[in-house]
Amino acid sequence: MNKQSNTYTIIYIIVMVVVVGAALAFTSISLKYRQQANADADKMRQILASVKVEVPQDEIADQYGKLITSTYVIDADGKKVADAPDAFTVNVAMQSKEPADKRMLPVYECTLPDGSLKYILAMYGAGLWGPIWGYVSVDADGTTVYGAYFAHQGETPGLGAEIEKPAFSDQFQGKHLLVNGNFTPIAVVKSGMPAPEGADYVDAISGGTITSKGVGAMIDNCLAPYGPFLKSIASNN
Amino acid sequence: MSNKSVFFNPFSKNNPVIVQILGICSVLAVTVKLEPAIVMGLSVIAVLAFSNVIISLIRNTIPTNIRIIVQLVVVAGLVVIVSQLLEAYAYDVSKQLSVFIGLIITNCILMGRLEAFAMANKPWPSFLDGVGNGIGYAIILIIVGFFRELLGSGTLLGYQVVPDSFYAAGYVNNGLMILPPMALVTVACIIWVHRSFNKDLQEK
Repeated sequence: MNKQSNTYTIIYIIVMVVVVGAALAFTSISLKYRQQANADADKMRQILASVKVEVPQDEIADQYGKLITSTYVIDADGKKVADAPDAFTVNVAMQSKEPADKRMLPVYECTLPDGSLKYILAMYGAGLWGPIWGYVSVDADGTTVYGAYFAHQGETPGLGAEIEKPAFSDQFQGKHLLVNGNFTPIAVVKSGMPAPEGADYVDAISGGTITSKGVGAMIDNCLAPYGPFLKSIASNN
Repeated sequence: MSNKSVFFNPFSKNNPVIVQILGICSVLAVTVKLEPAIVMGLSVIAVLAFSNVIISLIRNTIPTNIRIIVQLVVVAGLVVIVSQLLEAYAYDVSKQLSVFIGLIITNCILMGRLEAFAMANKPWPSFLDGVGNGIGYAIILIIVGFFRELLGSGTLLGYQVVPDSFYAAGYVNNGLMILPPMALVTVACIIWVHRSFNKDLQEK
């Protein structure tokens, strides 16, 4: 058979693509379970990081089960959604694009070893090059931030990527999400710029302006719907 | 060329990184820490060896005018499989390497070996050539990663090796080592040392 003919070339390509496609599909399906388990463990690690609990890889699931005492989904009025899916499976990325009053908001209740109760809230937004996301933990008073964790997909190392460092996220400790009983987003402000009036703020990353703005917008967009929920906790105290 | 020289030449005299200056981009990107450098090295060895064998096995059937496409498909398929395996069994490493695993596809060493060696040789020598070149690449990656992690972070494989007393005495980690330019400088130093030992590589 003439190996340089068009027919041969076309048949060759078709056979090759089918074989390679089958091999890839097989790999993907047979590894899916393990990959999902890894992704879940990583999500648990991030949630725990927002309450400053750092555990080795193999103890994540144990610690998560121990510390996260309850999870539920609320709506923008702060009421629990009865027939909601498991909070852990709520896709925050999709929810953050919905209008505020249609969102499903996951809440993780965490009881630390010292007995204190923290509420962990989820965030998702856009940085400069790709998505950014994070978790914020709030004290039992519904007002004060206890800790925060931020992650990113592909921000510039040394600039925007600094949001994942404790030097940035530790600033959020002690900041207030409710000011005079109303939700006020924590602003991310460049040094030298005037601080916003009546709101708490943290310093932006120098050289990472767009990413910092993304973090500010993410806090505003994703935490504002939690406002009524935080208010109801605060008023119960 | 004997099988022995096919395997051992890429270690030093015909090293893909420091003699042929191929695959420099990934040397810059993944050598901040030693661990991703080792994993990247192993991944390239695996992909290079198997793609060399596969291409060598089917080399007589490949229509000449689409041979580059065939090579790309084989390499891309293997790379996706490697990246899926890492995601399942070494999640942290796969997160760190993320895009760079995908970029193995465009690693010039791969296309170079497929086009220059596997298309014209039997499977066994091709396998040796792939492993040899992969190791030659991995050695340089590991040397660069060793120095960058040691001097930049004071750790090796994540364990602190610079004693606390050094820091107490005023020693500071060199932040510049973490940035990409120092990978180039480190590679250049390796080339310098290598050429001063191998006079026949020096240009007149």
